[in-house]
This record gives sequence, structure tokens and C-alpha cells, in this order.
Amino acid sequence: MFDLTREQRMIQKMVREFAEEVIQPEAIMIDKEAKFPEHIFKQMGELGLMGIPFPEKYGGSDGDTISYAIAVEEIGRVCGSTGLSYAANVSLGASPIYYFGTEEQKETYLVPMAEGKALGSFGLTEPNAGSDAGGTRTKAVLDGDMYVINGEKCFITNASFAKTIIVTAVTGKDDKGKNIISALVVPTDTEGLTITSNYDKMGVRGSDTAEIVLENVRVPKENLLGDPQKGFKQFLYTLDGGRISIAALGVGIAQASLEKALAYAKERTQFGNSISKFQAIQFKLSDMAMEVELARNMLYKAAWLKDKEKPFTKEAAYAKLFATETAFRSANQAIQIHGGYGYMREYEVERYLRDAKLLEIGEGTSEVQRMVIARQLGC
Amino acid sequence: MNIYVLLKKTFDTEEKIVVSDGRIEDDSAEYIINPYDEYAVEEAINQRDEHGGEVTVVTVGDEDSEKQLRTALAMGADKAVLIDTEDDLEEGDQYTTAEILAAYFEDKEADLILAGNVAIDEASGQVGPRLAEKLDIPFVTTIVDLSVDGETVYIEKDVEGDVEKVESTLPLLVTCQQGLNEPRYPSLPGIMKAKKKPLEELEIDDLDLDEDDLEPKTKTIDIFLPPEKEAGRILEGEVEDQVKELVSLLKDEAKVL
Repeated sequence: MFDLTREQRMIQKMVREFAEEVIQPEAIMIDKEAKFPEHIFKQMGELGLMGIPFPEKYGGSDGDTISYAIAVEEIGRVCGSTGLSYAANVSLGASPIYYFGTEEQKETYLVPMAEGKALGSFGLTEPNAGSDAGGTRTKAVLDGDMYVINGEKCFITNASFAKTIIVTAVTGKDDKGKNIISALVVPTDTEGLTITSNYDKMGVRGSDTAEIVLENVRVPKENLLGDPQKGFKQFLYTLDGGRISIAALGVGIAQASLEKALAYAKERTQFGNSISKFQAIQFKLSDMAMEVELARNMLYKAAWLKDKEKPFTKEAAYAKLFATETAFRSANQAIQIHGGYGYMREYEVERYLRDAKLLEIGEGTSEVQRMVIARQLGC
Repeated sequence: MNIYVLLKKTFDTEEKIVVSDGRIEDDSAEYIINPYDEYAVEEAINQRDEHGGEVTVVTVGDEDSEKQLRTALAMGADKAVLIDTEDDLEEGDQYTTAEILAAYFEDKEADLILAGNVAIDEASGQVGPRLAEKLDIPFVTTIVDLSVDGETVYIEKDVEGDVEKVESTLPLLVTCQQGLNEPRYPSLPGIMKAKKKPLEELEIDDLDLDEDDLEPKTKTIDIFLPPEKEAGRILEGEVEDQVKELVSLLKDEAKVL
């Protein structure tokens, strides 16, 4: 359990080299210009990164969740924006189709995503509903063989570049009069679908975030994803998986913060000594190193449980909560250790902090993670 | 085409080298494929994709060399051979390695053998040419371009920054120089498939070799790190005085004039 397999190590080495050689040189510009790096995603697709956790027959690489988490960590270590779009594409765009789709849906939608030829997106959040999915207002009404969808989605990652969006919508009421929420696959070229990305974000600026308006969008009823009655359970499972990937991103940013801070502390001389000789700096670095390691261990454990098909809801929430808060703390301390230089874009640690902040919000805020944990504790 | 690549594992270029008791400490070192051998692997895969055939990667090393062989398989090589000398040989040099490889190639029908120009650790650049001599086939070192047309091979060879065009015939051994190609990253499907590709393990016994035949022809007298670089000095004052000071320093202190 406490060692990676040879394949996992090879994946780690390959993704680290790719990230350092191809993504790192562009990371500052990706953030500054808030430009989604399409050409990098193309290369990631060619390397098979988009298909890590999916079987070969669906265009995937037959890897496991730990390998996928390692890849997200390594990409997040150099660029939070690229890491987030990558994680959202695999965990939210492609995974639901793999877990809940019919054979035909997998052939049509999953294969191009796993092969890196198309990007996918997951439209859950609405102006009045996110983790409280019960507040969903988007409706899908059956009209003959077609669902007609009307509603609005916000903060949707990758939507402007996606070929398909999985949209959640109310499709009816159950016996108790509660809304039934289902998921539908909507190709982005469908008439009535408007995608705009005008958000000017604090961090992960190179990751695309869009608003979606659905006006009488018609999709065949076969586009319903999974069991129409169990839509809600499906999102919970999807989100549990997504949390592992956000935790991985947190570990990546925290690791990058530690590395930058340590290198700077060793090189910066004040009062006749390198500042790494001062206890005030040493204690910060020690805490950072310890927390990064703990976060990574929790991440691997959650991923391992998922691979073993054991329950992992609680552990994924632990990992997401701890890793993302670790990322924020580490980035903050990395800036502090850099002093005035750390406040400058060129030194990159200020970007880590801005990127890390998103991780405490997206795919369930830290508060929601604590709610998930409390529910698992039987509260 | 039957294509072979000679591959060596070397220290990671980012590794800090520690010498103690006249030995390089390698206990916790990270190893990589010798970067020049990566060009050879890449070229072998490209030639196979163009002309068909099979790429076999051969290394003389220890059981840990499997990692580098698997990486070459993940890049796209078809088969790997690990000649493990750890238990049989105390020490070896380029002669040793070339002898072992010659024994291995004795019953093979290799059309093209590719190696790195040098290994970045000892940088002798001898194993490839020695092997070619033993096999009695032509060799061209430091190549930067290679195209095969039937039995004829067109090569561009780096000669200290200039290019020499060479024509040769198969079978042939070449050593690869930077600039020949851009080695690919092993892809994810490549990594997953690599574990199922054949990797043959041999020892010198299997090649009918005896330890005594392989005794190194060289002796290592001493191993030491280069002297630490001292901080530079910036001369100040009028240009004329600076020149005078520089000349006297070069004469008296550095003793190069």
C-alpha cells in the first residue's frame, strides 16, 4: 500500500516531465491572459492522459484512480488552470458516461473524450442550486421522443470548449412529491443552447468557466443518462470521484508551494545567513512538508478505496477538504517566505494562492465537505 | 528490419554526485535512460514504423535496469533483453560490455544497431564502435540524420558542428547525437502495454561467457569530484589599471601566461 507500482511511477515520471517541459513555460501567460490552453490539451490527449481511468475498449488507457490522481497532481503542480480543466474533463465530463451510460452512449460520447479528441463538461450548478441539488430549476419535459430542456447553469468548467455537456434537470416528481433529478447528455451544437464565458476570475484563470442558457433545447430521449429514478445518487457518486481529483490538484499546488518556498529560503540571505537557517522559516517549511505528505496519503487512500470498489465517500471528502486547505495554507506561507517578491506574479507563488482558493469552493465548499463527513459519522 | 538498440541506465542528470572512499555512492540515486540512448530508441521506433520489423532494446546491467527497459518498451519498442551481470562480475569496462554484447549478437541477424553517442556517466563512446568491430560490420558515430533505402543507408554525421554526409550499407551500427530527433514521452497506453511486452533476462552463463574472459582492460586509479568553482572577481578602477591587474593575475596567480 505504501509504494506505487512500477506503472504508477512511470506515469508520474512521464507526466512530471511533460508538465515541466511543455506546460510550465506557459503557466504565467495562461494565468495572465486567462486563455484556455487548447494546444496543451491536444498534446495531453495524444499522450492518453484523458483516458487514464477508462478501459481500453472505450479508448482509455486502462489505468487506475491512483494513476489518474498522480497525473492531476503533477499537472496541478505546474499549472492550476490546466490541472482543473483536466480534472473536470475526466471526472465530471467523461466519468458519468462511463459509470452510468449505455453501451451506445459510451461509444458515441466516452470514446472521443477518452482518446482526447473531445472535451466534456458537467452542468450541475445553477444560480440557486449547487451542492443543494434539490434547488435545481432546470426542467426537462418529454415531448414525444424528445426531451425539451429549459433552464440556466452557471460556473460550468470547460463548457465553451466541450463537445457535450451533461446537464442535470428536473424530469418529474416521485411518490412523495419530491423532484426527480436526471442527467441528460446535450451536444453543444444543439439549437437553443447558449454558452458564454464572461467570468473574470481570481484564480484558475486559464480554465474555461461558462454560463449556459438552455432555451427549448431538444435532445432525443435516449440521451437520458443512467437510471431516470436515481439521478441524484449518480451525481453523488460522480462528485465523490470529482473530489479525489480536486484533492489531487490541492496536493499538486501545495507541493509546488513547498518546493518554491524551500528553494527560495535556501538561496535568500539575510542577517548574514540563508533564511532557511532561521527557526521561524524552518517551522513554516516543516509544517508545509508534513501537511503535503499527509494530504497525499489521504488522497492515495481515497483513490485506493475507489479502485478496490469499497465505499470512499468519507475519505474523498477528507482528502478534498484537507488537501485543498493545505494548498491554501502552503501557498500563503510560500508567499510569506518570499516576502515582497512573493507578491509578484513572476515568482508564481501568488498564483498558487489564487488558484488554491478555488479548490476550497469548487465541487463542494469546505463547509459542504464537513457536512458530508458529518453525515457519514451519522450526525 | 531487425533493429536493435543498445541502452544504458545512467544517473539522473539532476542527481548530486557523492564520492566516498573512492567510490560513487549510488544507493539512493535515481536512474534514467542515458539521454543519447533515448535518441537511439526514438530513431529505432521511427525506422520500424517506416520500414516494418521489430525493435529490441538490449542492456547490460543489473535487475534495476528493468525500469529503463520498460520505459523504452512504453515508448514503443517491441522487446527487451536484460543481461544481468550483477552476480557474476565485480567490475567491468567498455571492453567487458562490448564482449558481452558481441556474444549476445553472435546468433542474431541484426540489420541496424543503434546506440547513444556516449553515455553521460563515463562518456567513453566506445561500446558501439567496439561491438561493430567484433561483429565485423560498418559503423558511423554521432549521426544526426538517418534514412534507409533498400540496402543503402544515407547518414548525416555531426563533425564538431559541421555535417558530413555518409553512405553505408546494412547491416550497420550507428551512434546517435543530439539533434537526430525529439524523443517522445511514453504515452499512457504505451506504459500500460509495456508490462505485457516480452523482457528476456540473461546472465553471462547463458551467453557461454566466463568471468575471466571479461576482465576489464582498464584500471580505475582514482575517483574524485572536480574542484569547487570559486567565486569570480570583478576588477575595478580605470580600464588601463584593470588591464594591468588582469595581466598580472593571469601571469602570477592563474599561471596561464
